[in-house]
This record gives sequence, C-alpha cells and structure tokens, in this order.
Amino acid sequence: MANISALNQTAAGFDAVSDQLGSGPRGKKPRRTFSGRNIVIYGTLFVAAVYYLLPLYVMVVTSLKGMPEIRLGNIFSPPVEITFEPWVKAWASACTGLNCDGLSRGFGNSVRILLPSVVVSIIVASVSGYALANWRFKGADLFFSILIVGAFIPYQVMIYPIVIVLRELGIYGTLTGLVVVHTIFGMPILTLLFRNYFTSLPEELFKAARIDGAGFWQIYFRIMLPMSLPIFVVAIILQVTGIWNDFLFGVVFTRPDTYPMTVQLNNIVNSVQGVKEYNVNMAATLLTGAVPLFVYFVSGRLFVRGIAAGAVKG
Amino acid sequence: MANSVSIRDLSLSFGAVTVLKDLNLDIRDGEFLVLLGSSGCGKSTLLNCIAGLLEPTDGQIFIKDKNVTWEEPKDRGIGMVFQSYALYPQMTVEKNLSFGLQVAKMPKLEIDKRVARAAEILQIGPLLKRRPAALSGGQRQRVAIGRALVRDVDVFLFDEPLSNLDAKLRSELRVEIKRLHQQLKNTMIYVTHDQIEALTLADRIAIMKSGVIQQLDDPMVIYNRPRNLFVAGFIGSPSMNFLRGEIANANDRLVFRTQGVDFSLAGYQTSETLVPGRKVVLGVRPEHIAVDGDVQGGERHEAVVDIEEPMGADNLLWLKHAGHTLAVRTGGARRYAPGTRLTLGFDMSLASLFDAETEDRI
Repeated sequence: MANISALNQTAAGFDAVSDQLGSGPRGKKPRRTFSGRNIVIYGTLFVAAVYYLLPLYVMVVTSLKGMPEIRLGNIFSPPVEITFEPWVKAWASACTGLNCDGLSRGFGNSVRILLPSVVVSIIVASVSGYALANWRFKGADLFFSILIVGAFIPYQVMIYPIVIVLRELGIYGTLTGLVVVHTIFGMPILTLLFRNYFTSLPEELFKAARIDGAGFWQIYFRIMLPMSLPIFVVAIILQVTGIWNDFLFGVVFTRPDTYPMTVQLNNIVNSVQGVKEYNVNMAATLLTGAVPLFVYFVSGRLFVRGIAAGAVKG
Repeated sequence: MANSVSIRDLSLSFGAVTVLKDLNLDIRDGEFLVLLGSSGCGKSTLLNCIAGLLEPTDGQIFIKDKNVTWEEPKDRGIGMVFQSYALYPQMTVEKNLSFGLQVAKMPKLEIDKRVARAAEILQIGPLLKRRPAALSGGQRQRVAIGRALVRDVDVFLFDEPLSNLDAKLRSELRVEIKRLHQQLKNTMIYVTHDQIEALTLADRIAIMKSGVIQQLDDPMVIYNRPRNLFVAGFIGSPSMNFLRGEIANANDRLVFRTQGVDFSLAGYQTSETLVPGRKVVLGVRPEHIAVDGDVQGGERHEAVVDIEEPMGADNLLWLKHAGHTLAVRTGGARRYAPGTRLTLGFDMSLASLFDAETEDRI
C-alpha cells in the first residue's frame, strides 16, 4: 500500500511540472537592448567619443583644404577640393627660423633620439628590475626607496644642474646629450615597472633555475626574458610616447639644427611672421602625432595586457 | 650507517622573527625523511636551507659528509621539486628536463641519455615535445620530478609536491613517489602538512612546530607513542581523544579519573612511576576503543551515540561519555542510530598519558 501511495505522489508531482513544460521561462533570460542601463552606458560612451574625435576630424579636414577654403570659416564642412599640398609643405618646406626644410629634419632628429634612449633605458631598467626582484642584495630596499622617490621629483628642478653636467661632459646641445638625459629620466619608473613584474612571476621558477645551476645572466635571458613580453611592450610604449612627445628637454638641451620634431612643430605653428597657414599647421601636428598614435594602434591590446599582468600589482 | 645529510645547530631568523632554532638533524643514506608540520612551522624554510636557497643565520649543513653551508645550490648534489611545479613555461618538457644539464655544459649525447632514462622511469616519453601549459597537473609534477631525476643527485628535496593536485591524483602520485624511492634508493627529504603522505611515505617523520623538531621517529612509533600532546593531536584523523583528569588510587589500583569516572591503567607502559594526584591528559585513538561485541573483557564503559558518520570502509561515531565527546572508529558493516547505548572497552596498552603541565608523554 505504502509503495502505491508513494508512486501516486511522484506521479502527481510530475504532472504539476509537466503542465508547465510547454510555456513559461526557459533557457537564457532575455535582456532588453534598449534598457535604461544600456542607454546611459552607450550614450556616455558616444558623447565621450564625439568629444575626442571632433577636434581630430576638424584637424584632418582642415589639413586637406586650401587656404581660400579655410578663410570661408566653415571649419566642420568637408573639403570641397582635396589637396595634399599642406602635408607636403609641412613635411618638406615649412620654415622654422632659418631652416626651410620642414618637419623632415625634426623627424630625423627625433628618431635618432628615440631609438637609442628607448633601447638603452629598457635594457638597463629590465636588468636592474630583475636584480631588485630576485637577487636581494645588501641595500636593495634602500636603493628601491630612492628609486621611487626619484620617480616623483619634478623634472624642472633638475634642468639647470643637468645643463651644467652636460656642458662639463662636452655633450650639451648634441643629440647624445639628450639621449643620455632621456635614458636616465626613464630609469625610475621603468625599473619600478620591471621590478614589480618580475616580483609577480612565481618565485619557485627562480629557485628551480638556481638549483639547475643557472647564474644571474642565464636566468635573466633564458627564464625571465621569454616570460616578460607584455611588460616589455608596456615599457616600449611608455618610452616611445614619452620621449617622442617630450618638449621640455628637447628645447632645453638641443640647438636649432638638432631640435626634435615637437620643438620644430612648435616653431612652425607659433611663428609670428607671415600668414597663419592653418592647413600646414594641422598637417604638421598630425604628422608629429602619427608615431605615438601608430604605436598605440599596433600594440594597444598588448599594452592593456601588460599593465594588467604586472604593473598594477605589487 | 652513513649520514647523507647532517644539520648542526641550524638557526635562521628574519630580523626579529626566529624561524629555525638550533636545529640538529641526521638523515641516513637512502632514507625517506618527511618534515611534517602545519604552515609556518619552518619546515619549508629548513628545506630551502638544505637546498641553499636561503642562507642560515648560524649553523652548518653537511651533505655526503661535505660541508656545503656556503656552497651554491647547484654544487650541493640536490634536486628539488616544488609545490607549484615551477616548470619553465616557454620550454618544452624535454628542454625543461635538460636545462640544468645544458647549463652544466654536459655533452649532448649524455643529456639525451639521461632525459630518455628519466622519461622512461616516469613514463613521460610521449610528452617530451609538449609545453607545460599543455599538461595536466599530475603530468606537470611528474616532469618536475624528472627535472630532479636527470641531475643524478644524491638527495631529492620535495616541497609539498602533491598539494596542488586533486585527491585522486595525489594518492596515485604518492604511490609513484614511494615506488621511485624504492627503485632509486636515494635520500629523499619531503616536506608536507598532510599526515597521510607523511605516514605512508616516510621511513622517519620529523614533526615540527615553531622551528623545533618535536619528535623524529618511525611513523608507527609517532602514531602509537607520540612524545607530547602536540604530536598526538597533530597525527591521526580524526584526532586522538583527549580526556583531562588525574591519576588516582581506587582499591589499591592506579586509575585515571575524570569527571567521576575511573579508567583502569592496567597495561599502560611507562618508565615513570605514576603518583596519585598528578594532573594528566589521557589520549586514546578512535580505533583503539572497542565497541559492544568487540570489547575483550576488562573494564566496560557506557556511552550514547550522538552522531554517526558512515565513511564506507569504516564508521565514525561521536559518542557522549561522562561529559566528554569521544570519537570512535568501528567497522563499516554495522550502523548505529543516534541515541543508541553502547558498551566501550579501552585498551590502555595503546593509549597515551601526558603530563597536563609539560604536555610531555609519561
């Protein structure tokens, strides 16, 4: 008897559910596309995007217009007649002071400043960061504190002493001098970056390598380096954009024929004589900004990954 | 017998924190020694000191009768296996195994021979071309063991090698490590917080607490005759039953008295003379309490079943007895409903008495 009543109970329970099988909620819960939340999120994103893209748009269209068209004052209208004349002029024949060979000279200078300072600063900083993270030498903590303090001292304080140092070394006004300055000033933040990344790697890997008999450089090159692509990308981006966009050091430590691109751009845009050639100015600015823009577009994703991987931690 | 590893007066402190204190330890040739303790007891620190990854503040370390206190890790004749495997992620299994040999500039032919031998012993031949990311946890740990194996060292150091694995794999690899030890006959020092690993693998166990070895003995001695209350409570799951009471005299016989209940001490072996009135703790393992039909005679006690935990092979009962809660392990065949009244028998020859003050075994 007990068995039969139990069976009936299950049957009744089954029926109560089976009545509802055909209809009612099933599977994934539907989400509305135009919910209040979505409208706020995408609305905000849209406004922010317009805010940043509109000036860029104005610059691009202005750089493609001739001067008569610009004088009409419709800065938002697309060019009626597209001309690349301003770009050519900005690159090859715009005048800064006595030189009339455009931004090409500044571009060359900037590249010659950029490459050695990026390479040297990253090599030195990654090795010191690795030493700080894994080889606890005597005074490492003190060294690290000094480094952190170094990262927060404003550059302006040190300009005058550095001018004297460079003069005494006989490299004031040369590209070499500027490279040295950039390399040294990149050191605190880069070392910090590398040190934190290497600290975040499992310590046991380092121990295992030591048991395997690898020394300082073998561990660095064969174990650590292959694992640290993301942080190198971050360092490269930081240094490339930082050094390329630098104006202060460029204008202080170089002479007119060794001016980097940013200083030259300033001189073109701010020249007081003659007609203001807005189209040339816009083209010159876009040309100068092209390098950091390009770097971001190519490696933006790696940049975010690298920041997430180690720079924030520690 | 020759000593493989000897540690003399080893101390290590980080600033004001003392991790190891005047530690002495001799490990015989071919012995499997397990360092057992809860986290923070200094067992991994000791292992790192032996490996040469940490510098001791004081003391000496000898491996194969050679003073290696100031030697580099690679020159100590040790191989080490880590909890997180610590495989080089960008290298294939083969490269992982051969890295140390390459660093030592060993001829290619010899490297290949050793890698092949390690791969055969650990059955990782088919994995040689893979990267660690493409391996399961058990396979990774096998490769990590292989990395120690190819170095052809005298002493293997294991730092909680199985802790990252799931329960099934852990018991499988435990057996493999034991088989490996029987096959290679190397000295192995094994750090773990898992008492089952310690009991099953060790020739001798060193139980550590706050940087001091509490007891260094054969697993069965540690289990049956723990030297103090800490060791007794640490080893065994569920933990040993502890009853606080005192030695008393009842009808000219010495008894252990707690909450008005007397336990005969007949059969308890000790070199000390037991004085009535001494405050003591009686420790009895759950499986050393006989239930109902298993009671062999002698003294009988009454208890009531509070909770029953059937575990398949056996059955764990939590009993109420004279104001105490007792854990008792019985066979898995019989079930007990809560509230059942039982007869218990205590085997004093397997019990332990500890001084309530010093917590040392009497």
